Amino acid sequence: MALTLFKGLKSNCFRWYPSVYVARKHGVLYCSMRNAQGQTATTQEKQHTKLKASSKKESGKLEEILKNYEAVIGIETHVQLSTQTKAFCSCPYNYGAQPNTSICPICMGLPGALPVLNSKVIGYAVKLGLALNCKLSLNSKFDRKQYFYPDLPKGYQISQFDIPIATGGYLDVDLPVEFGGGHRKFGITRVDLNRAGVPLLEIVSEPDMRTGIEAAEYAAELQRLVRYLGVSNGNMQEGSLRCDVNISIRPIGQLEFGTKVEIKNLNSFSSVSRAIDFEISRQVLLHSQGQADHIVQETRLWEEGAQKTVTMRKKEGLSDYRYFPEPDLPGVTLTNEYINEIRDSLPELPEMKRRRYEKLGLSMQDVLFLTNDINVAAYFAATIATGADVKLAANWIMGDIAAYMKNEKLSIDDIKLTPKELGELIASIKAGTISGKIGKEILFELMAKGGTVEGIIKEKDLVQIVDPTEIEKIIDRVLVNNPKQLEQYRGGKTKLQGYFAGQVMKETKGKANPGLLNRILLEKLNAKS
Amino acid sequence: MPSTAGSRLLENYRPPFDATAVRKLRESGAIVVGKTNLDEFGMGSTTEGSAYQVTANPWDLSRVPGGSSGGSAAAVSARQCMVALGSDTGGSVRQPASFCGVVGLKPTYGRVSRYGLVAYASSLDVIGCFGSSVADSGILLGAISGHDKFDATSSKRDIPDYASQFVAIDYLESKPLKGLRVGVIRETLEDGVDSEVISSVRDAVSHLEQLGCTATEVSLPSFSLGLPAYYILASSESSSNLSRYDGVRYGNQVFGDELNSLYGDSRAQGFGSEVKMRILMGTYALSAGYYDAYYKRAQQVRTIIRNSFKEALDNNDILISPAAPTVAYKIGEKKNDPLAMYAGDIMTVNVNLAGLPALVLPCGFVEGGPAGLPVGFQLIGAAFSEEKLLKIGHIFEQTLPGCSFVPPIVADE
Ligand SMILES: [Zn+2]
Repeated sequence: MALTLFKGLKSNCFRWYPSVYVARKHGVLYCSMRNAQGQTATTQEKQHTKLKASSKKESGKLEEILKNYEAVIGIETHVQLSTQTKAFCSCPYNYGAQPNTSICPICMGLPGALPVLNSKVIGYAVKLGLALNCKLSLNSKFDRKQYFYPDLPKGYQISQFDIPIATGGYLDVDLPVEFGGGHRKFGITRVDLNRAGVPLLEIVSEPDMRTGIEAAEYAAELQRLVRYLGVSNGNMQEGSLRCDVNISIRPIGQLEFGTKVEIKNLNSFSSVSRAIDFEISRQVLLHSQGQADHIVQETRLWEEGAQKTVTMRKKEGLSDYRYFPEPDLPGVTLTNEYINEIRDSLPELPEMKRRRYEKLGLSMQDVLFLTNDINVAAYFAATIATGADVKLAANWIMGDIAAYMKNEKLSIDDIKLTPKELGELIASIKAGTISGKIGKEILFELMAKGGTVEGIIKEKDLVQIVDPTEIEKIIDRVLVNNPKQLEQYRGGKTKLQGYFAGQVMKETKGKANPGLLNRILLEKLNAKS
Repeated sequence: MPSTAGSRLLENYRPPFDATAVRKLRESGAIVVGKTNLDEFGMGSTTEGSAYQVTANPWDLSRVPGGSSGGSAAAVSARQCMVALGSDTGGSVRQPASFCGVVGLKPTYGRVSRYGLVAYASSLDVIGCFGSSVADSGILLGAISGHDKFDATSSKRDIPDYASQFVAIDYLESKPLKGLRVGVIRETLEDGVDSEVISSVRDAVSHLEQLGCTATEVSLPSFSLGLPAYYILASSESSSNLSRYDGVRYGNQVFGDELNSLYGDSRAQGFGSEVKMRILMGTYALSAGYYDAYYKRAQQVRTIIRNSFKEALDNNDILISPAAPTVAYKIGEKKNDPLAMYAGDIMTVNVNLAGLPALVLPCGFVEGGPAGLPVGFQLIGAAFSEEKLLKIGHIFEQTLPGCSFVPPIVADE
């Protein structure tokens, strides 16, 4: 604290030294998504209903009781931001890196070290706040949340307590068609800057959800949003996106809330959904058996193996975190210009995309498939940007391409077919250059090996035969070579038309234009009778 | 160099980095000769609260040098070094400067980076300067000032060339401070302040008037509220800042069966009694149910104080008060009476609450010790007006008649 100095201090030798600190460039985001991680609530829920159906008989009675109750569910989500550095120092932060490989006096909490906020964190918070339709606080501040914990070097965490950076928004969710579909608007209470070290945003929802599906879809939409915005990889397994669920039940018609239970350790959307359904059943059973007082305010842990929630810790009154304003950090001041700049730079968000695709005439099922995964959405957008027919592009992607991805366990970014070539393929079929059947063959070749539609058509001589005289010649040859079948056909066995068509296709290696082929074939078959 | 902050908990701690103020000094060619004693974590007004040694006042070895940065004040006073740094949270540079007869400068909050300063109360802590002359203190301030990207609360304002405006006595006009409006704070010259201190400060004001100033009395009715507000806020922040000394990372870890006893026992043995008392006070003031009555009200008082200083400084160029209600007292005299010790901070804490700069200059003597005991007075300016304070101080010290503030043990050598 105190320090003495000897002579040698001369006023003329003071220099303004350039600082040794070099600002890092920000901006690397990793949003690539493997299939295994690219879960959507929808795909996982299918499995869930199957599981549940098997035990339906036993729980038939419970189902009856459940009808008399409603659940009130709110979610607190922590999103780990994909900034390159930690929140309050310039140490690099990467998920999966060895802990404590990059540390400095600041993140170690050494005496005299001070936190300095990574400005990227504010930008990300504003982005998410805007995307969640929140009101942004032009002046917010940081507070210290104090408790002793071995991983907490300073004995407190820097977070936002009474003035969060954003408040009062909502999130639009479209429920999957297989669960009855429907649009939901879930309230967002607050978005706040949270936690030292790893930069986190906390998003607190209103207690607006009523079922496990709704909660899982809320979480999935939030994941989609952070990925669309590029503020986080949103990965639940890695813990980049964590959901803690607050849940209570009450008899339908009752206004006051029941006792709130918190559930932690939810590592996937399906566990969010299943944990909630389990917890609703548990609470409703207790309540219906006159044991409502056994529902206590506590934190429960979801056990994936046992498929149930268990008590983690009971809350004995509220913990006193002795919050007070963080004196080491100035308040966070946002200007309207800054907010507008960020608003103008926002990408098209999932909700906007869904509404736009709906207007293009796609079904809700198509819309959800094409917008749920940001990479699929980008692929689709790039395909229709080539001028490809919207409905055809959707069909190809949702059909053969999706099936191929699933079989090969690839993400859409891994397949070698580019959106440009998919557009080309669709155009070639539409123009009649190749048949649909050949188009499909080319598609698989392109997905596996890459290349261009034009190249494969040329290389394999796959151009469709559209010249009627050429087709006629081949038909004649086929009829001559199959006199027996011709006789049978003319004897009334008209089903044999397919056989002749197949023979022609075989001769032309599938290149004959099917419409032309059938028309001429029918003429020939019927002509001499 | 070890950095203990006067605490057993940091007994063998060697920081891996230099504080920004020290780095800047080294870059300017300064030679660091050592670190000096202080009250543990800056909590005290006598330096008796150090876990290691008791520092004596060079003017009278049976008296305290003041505190918390008493070691730095004593070292400069005894001419063991040219200049020294201290930390001023509630007067820890200015009161020891007054007790030891040296110049003490507390800059505006944010003027000097706090990076590397072991935190006591972060919203009040300021690194300050000791020198045996105003010129030395100004040169020191110029070297350590400026924005630091490692301290988000440091100011981006330009740094004036503090040294260039010093005018040597031979070139001074007859009324060099003509037109300067000086407000003497009435509440600082009332009951509870040593009468000899009052007369010394009044003499200093007369001297300023002779130099051309216009002096008037100003009233700051909120002045007495500063002391309780300061002790609540400083204790609250310190209770949080000292949480990191948990026995796991620093100091002598006490073996415990479980985590809480490890934390508790290490802290029980590592911290001194004054520190423990302030942690308890601060923890209490921040606790649910007490926060509104203590911490929040203290913050409201802080705002009132800040506004009343702003108003007084809109009407005056500088404000004047004693630096402390008394001169240096005997070692041990207030050791068992913390409230009496706290009361001695009345002159200085308000300035920290308002975040303003203040300069303490020796201005006279009171009877006591082998050769009298120095009295200091305090010049308070608007935020970032260090330049003005130093200029006035430099003229004052050159023109003050018949005063040599060299302690007898040095002068006799
Ligand atoms: Zn770090």
